Amino acid sequence: MTKHTKIAIIDYGMGNLKSVANAFANIGYAAFIARNPNDLCFASHVVLPGVGAFGDGMKNLCSCGWLDILEEEVIKKGKPFMGICLGMQLLATVGTEYGLHKGLNWIPGTVKKIESNEPQIRVPHVGWNDVRILKRDGLYQDLGDSQVFYFVHSYVFDVENKGHLISGLTCHGIEFVASLEKNNIYATQFHPEKSQKVGLKVLDNFIKSTL
Amino acid sequence: MLKKRLIPVLLLKNGLLVRSEAFEIHQIIGNPIHEAKRFNEWNVDELIYLDISKSYEYDLRRDDHKIKGLSDHLAILDEVSKTCFMPLTWGGKIRTISQMQEIISRGADKIVINTVAVEHPQLITQAANVLGSQAVVVSIDVFRQTDGKMLVFINGGSQPTDLKPERWAKEAEERGAGEILLNSINRDGTGTGYDLELINAVSFNTKIPIIACGGVGKYEHYIEGIEAGASAVAAANIWHFKELSDRGSKRVLAKAGIGVRL
Repeated sequence: MTKHTKIAIIDYGMGNLKSVANAFANIGYAAFIARNPNDLCFASHVVLPGVGAFGDGMKNLCSCGWLDILEEEVIKKGKPFMGICLGMQLLATVGTEYGLHKGLNWIPGTVKKIESNEPQIRVPHVGWNDVRILKRDGLYQDLGDSQVFYFVHSYVFDVENKGHLISGLTCHGIEFVASLEKNNIYATQFHPEKSQKVGLKVLDNFIKSTL
Repeated sequence: MLKKRLIPVLLLKNGLLVRSEAFEIHQIIGNPIHEAKRFNEWNVDELIYLDISKSYEYDLRRDDHKIKGLSDHLAILDEVSKTCFMPLTWGGKIRTISQMQEIISRGADKIVINTVAVEHPQLITQAANVLGSQAVVVSIDVFRQTDGKMLVFINGGSQPTDLKPERWAKEAEERGAGEILLNSINRDGTGTGYDLELINAVSFNTKIPIIACGGVGKYEHYIEGIEAGASAVAAANIWHFKELSDRGSKRVLAKAGIGVRL
């Protein structure tokens, strides 16, 4: 296992970062919590975790000065990037949680609330659900065609170009994007850091497929 | 399909794990960190820690427990989050938004509020705005009167309110709660099964997930809880006194046709 990583986990005031750091540490990779945008310059990988509201997330990324450096390191330089949960949703063009908010627009699409009239479809979508794996390389190497991961969210990413970007799908009232891959950009709606052994495997696959 | 969750609830009192009966009797059963490691190895769905201490005195430093000194209950959370790669929910004595943020930043995914939510319901909304609804669990302790009426109690089940559980759950949902942890004081520690009427009334009146708790004495009780409308079934005592509780109960649930994570 290559241990020469310096995984930056972005601290933008949105949720539980420590679990992500603990998860990478558990599988043998060096990760650190990045509190200053300049920290990304010497990182090998960039992880954008986060739970919370879309608008707050973008506001915090913006006011703490992360936007330009993310654009530079991830889009221009092509540094491996992983968004988790809200960190995936922020890649969208626009979010609709508590009003309309602009996202990073790295992957065109809209973040919308899970709507369902069926009483058994409760929102938030909390718990373990099946992911139908569409791409068996990348994040899902050696994981077969279906696995169970932990989700906790009320909004989903409706991706504009449904074709080749989506690597996994999940159902809860509607079918929605469980994970995405676009060049050096990887993202999951579920929480790999909370999905026990299969989750740790996804994080390991992210690093392995980008070294 | 979304799986039904099976959740061990770990009750902490003065830094030690306890079992509980009727919210009054608390018998010490072990060390919280060792138990967390055990549950992680079992691959359980989720863990809920509830700190039910009456004081801020913790005695993890006692020599006979042979673990490093932990000065406060959040140090337990630090240790647990290092070994547990599953969702962690933490509750007990939370009064402020900054305490919630502190708990989340130490590795918890959700916080549980109970008494403070009744006393200051606007805090539910504030918490949901800051942490997101999905991180805010409102816990409701219900005591059934001798005439069968169900009332919400606060302060560790010691103080009655005039709230009806289904109405209060609905209000908590409207104010931004992401889940309800529903506990029956009467059934606590009895092993006679969940209060199914209570689960039914609360789940019928809400759209958010309900975690049922209180009364599980055998695995079949989980099936009843889910059939009554719970999205997740929780228990405390049975996890400590039955070997292989996770696998055994999941097998029983799966056999009954309930989708669980095996």
